Amino acid sequence: MTDPIVSLESVDKRFASGLLALSGARLQVAPGEFVALLGPSGCGKSTVLRLAAGLDAPSAGRIDAPALTNGEARTAFVFQEPTLMPWASVFDNVWLPLRLAGASRAAARERIEAVLAAVGLGDFAAAFPNELSGGMKMRVSIARALITRPQLLLMDEPFAALDEFTRQKLNSDLLDAWQQQDLAVLFVTHSVYEAVFLSQRVLVMSARPGRVVAEVAIDAPYPRHPAFRTSSAYLQACAALTQALEASHAPAA
Amino acid sequence: MKRRLLPLLTLLVLLLGWEALVRIAQIPHYTLPAPSLVLQTLVAHFGSLAGSWWFTLKITFGALALACAGGVLIASVFALSRTAEAALFPIAVVLQVTPIVAIAPLILIYVESTTAALLLCAWIVAFFPILSNTVIGLRAADPNLRDLYHLYRATPWQRLRLLLVPSALPYFVAGLKVSGGLSLIGAVTAEMVAGAAGRETGLASRILEASFRTETPKMFAALLLLVLTGVLIFWSFEALSRALLGRWHASEQPD
Repeated sequence: MTDPIVSLESVDKRFASGLLALSGARLQVAPGEFVALLGPSGCGKSTVLRLAAGLDAPSAGRIDAPALTNGEARTAFVFQEPTLMPWASVFDNVWLPLRLAGASRAAARERIEAVLAAVGLGDFAAAFPNELSGGMKMRVSIARALITRPQLLLMDEPFAALDEFTRQKLNSDLLDAWQQQDLAVLFVTHSVYEAVFLSQRVLVMSARPGRVVAEVAIDAPYPRHPAFRTSSAYLQACAALTQALEASHAPAA
Repeated sequence: MKRRLLPLLTLLVLLLGWEALVRIAQIPHYTLPAPSLVLQTLVAHFGSLAGSWWFTLKITFGALALACAGGVLIASVFALSRTAEAALFPIAVVLQVTPIVAIAPLILIYVESTTAALLLCAWIVAFFPILSNTVIGLRAADPNLRDLYHLYRATPWQRLRLLLVPSALPYFVAGLKVSGGLSLIGAVTAEMVAGAAGRETGLASRILEASFRTETPKMFAALLLLVLTGVLIFWSFEALSRALLGRWHASEQPD
């Protein structure tokens, strides 16, 4: 195995309130890999992402991630909310990461237009966030994440607030985008079905204090089309994952 | 259209009623002048009133400009340092809650230039809403957006310009709308105190002077100019708010 792009080694995270969110958490993501992090609410999934993004520091343990090294920002983050700047147009929102890195509007224009077209928002560059639907806002958020051609994309239940139809569409589009570039994704979700559809590997987390207690490989090949959702391979994987989830939480229940 | 027409129509009906009342009841003009007489007086005395109006405008907008500069500057310091806020905010509150009529005579004694004293009085009244709103606004940025700026390694200057200032803008504009009216009130109140002390200055002293001579129509004429000024300030800040926030902020969206 090549060197992982993200690795957590016996990581503890205790918040100032005294709450122990993570205890002995260990995980690795390889370059270009799509990994889902599955667990119940409050199990520290989001904390793992924040640590990997360098937004929080661990209380103990060792973390390696591109966000923790100096140099170019090669990590992108998609939050549960679209987290757009309401005062800026779609174009300017997507421009932000490049703008912070010093790229002028003219220099960034071509890339912004390309990434907006890729997420299906080519005609909405001048629109403001409050003029868009929830699904479109999330597309802008993803376009903003992809604009820097990151090595690592951290996603924190990005589609949890969307309707099922929009969610499935965005799942497919996300896989398309992932396949087109050399990108590792760490995707937090509490949906077994979403985890199976998207990822190569699902890491199951225990309830608080969180750590990875099981790992399920999803062997189905890519590209995964919507028909995959009704295939027996998909249903078997969902069943296996559900079992792993139940087994890992049985003692607590 | 209806929303513009309705208040104009109401105003017109009220004025006509006033005019009719004065004429029918034959109220003497030193008690209550008819609107037509107020207008005639305003035209006749416009030369002398205009100078005083200009003076009051200078105090009002001077104080408002200083309130913006001071309010924003102090708010930035507070936003950067909780310690500074804890130390200084009570002083701002004391300034805010002290009735300006009560301290204006003192300020007029201590500050030699009347203009400077009046500016200071109006500033004390006007700066607080801008200060308190801007402090809240500078802290109102979406925490996730703050994280995003951190992730993309924004410089402090980029963070201020591209995130904190736009986040604070709706709060600042709300403070500005309140302070605009208050700076006029502060200017006129201070002028009243100064005028009573015998120094002639703005529209307030015109009103006092006319009152000593029972020139009621002239009092109304000066009052009319003050009302116009207040309405003008209100309208211009409404327009500013629409221009700055119209496209994106919920406060300016149609229902």
